[in-house]
Amino acid sequence: MNTRPNLFSLTFSLPLLIWQLAFFLFPLAFLVALSFWTVRNFQMQPDFDTVNWVKIYSRSVFWDAYFRTLLLASASAVLISLTAFPASYAISFKLGENAKRWMIFVLIIPFFTSYLVRVYSLQVFLSDAGILNAFLGYFGLGPYPMLNNSFGTLTGYATLCLPLVILLQVFSLNFVNRDLVEAAHNMRCGRLRTVLEVIIPSAKAGLVIAGLFAFILSFGDFVSPLYLGGGNPPTLSIMITDITKSGQQWPRAAVVALTMIATLLTVAFAAIKFAYREAGK
Amino acid sequence: MTGNRNPIIDGLLKLHITLCLIFIFAPIVGSFVFSLNSDRFPSLPLGSFSTEWYRLIWEDPLVWAGFFNTLLVGACVAAIATLLGFGGAYTDFRYEFFGKTAYLALALLPPTIPVVIMGLAMLAFLSRISLSGNVVSVIIAHGVMCSPFAMAIIRLRLSQMDPDLEAAAWNLGGNEWVTMRHVIIPFTKPAIYAALFITMAVSFDEFAVAWFVSGLNETLPVKVLGFLQGQVSPRINAIGSLAFVSSISFIVIAQLLMRNPNAKTS
Repeated sequence: MNTRPNLFSLTFSLPLLIWQLAFFLFPLAFLVALSFWTVRNFQMQPDFDTVNWVKIYSRSVFWDAYFRTLLLASASAVLISLTAFPASYAISFKLGENAKRWMIFVLIIPFFTSYLVRVYSLQVFLSDAGILNAFLGYFGLGPYPMLNNSFGTLTGYATLCLPLVILLQVFSLNFVNRDLVEAAHNMRCGRLRTVLEVIIPSAKAGLVIAGLFAFILSFGDFVSPLYLGGGNPPTLSIMITDITKSGQQWPRAAVVALTMIATLLTVAFAAIKFAYREAGK
Repeated sequence: MTGNRNPIIDGLLKLHITLCLIFIFAPIVGSFVFSLNSDRFPSLPLGSFSTEWYRLIWEDPLVWAGFFNTLLVGACVAAIATLLGFGGAYTDFRYEFFGKTAYLALALLPPTIPVVIMGLAMLAFLSRISLSGNVVSVIIAHGVMCSPFAMAIIRLRLSQMDPDLEAAAWNLGGNEWVTMRHVIIPFTKPAIYAALFITMAVSFDEFAVAWFVSGLNETLPVKVLGFLQGQVSPRINAIGSLAFVSSISFIVIAQLLMRNPNAKTS
């Protein structure tokens, strides 16, 4: 095959490259420059001043938000992975081919319904006089506060991430060698032990990546913490939208955004390293 | 299938799947039900059946304006993202070159960057080049976010193609361009159509970046965000239900196109 760049190959490879460089990589890189700009008389000016970094990093409000966001996203990744696993396991190992295909189709549907509308609808379920509390009331329970707190935020995160995590887990479980599972059974390995010692280690990379996606989505989402979590105290994403919409302090918003990117890269790198580490080492 | 069966555990697992599906679909179903409910504040027991909220949005010129913006953006984004995605998918399929990993990372990374950060970066950058606050800015931003989806779909289809097919066409005297036109494009056509519909559906629902960069030219999801911040209004449910029906139609069309790869392609 001819691999020397010619007009033909460049026609197909270059447009995407140019587009993503111009409108994806460059804007992100621009955030770095922007974080050193200064704002005078409500005007942003190109500069090289660390004032924005100092201002943001010296505020306890920022660090509170940072650790709360980190905690919420980690809790989301763990809880959603644990909730998804029995479902993914059952879909991958217990359902026939047809039912499996249907289940995958059904789980794709939520991606194409508006997340905003779903969150709005959840408010009706979670409010003090809402559907869930009315239901619990029949049994003499509650009402429990489920809106405007971390429970609300996590419920929203789960709405956003659960279908994706189940799908990713199912795909990785589908790759688990069925002969290994059979062999484990033949060697009289119990069901739970087979899951813990054969299936989970075999599918480890996919399971970790699925959890990583839940973390990334939750960490960056501002809709659930705002409309289900009450928005106060804010998460980092809410902080960015607040700063951006309230005036010209974009350089400070850029500091928050860059801190988020650094955090995500660190977590993603660690997760991927852990996911592909050889078993037993 | 595992040989190890225990009806109680199997039953519990199926119950768990059902509960997960109920959790996932409750807000979607709830939105449908409350869009047809007469009460202003959705609660149980339900009020009477009413199409009042659909009538209100039907008569709201702002909703129509948002709808047309969404449609315009969606159509442009679908075309741009599919073209870019096709080029990327073909490049990945056909060529090995230095820096290919970086090329693929650049092409596929956008969905992993949180939308608030993309929104801020786009707004800051596009406003420097006087492109923010209009429909073009939303199209650019959505083009970035949607092209990875188009690329993935088309790449999947290309991977089903016999690599000898291209070589055979060359042996028969076709040059690269002719082969592209008569062999590769017809073969990937179902995926191209699917990519058009899927990227359109993704663009239809994306609101966060659009909210940052759109200024006064709001798309429909941004309009919904506005409603959310204001008063309680079942109009959101009505808009959501309509958006759901249109998105699902796109997906079903895309599915049908992907399902039938042996349909006549030229």
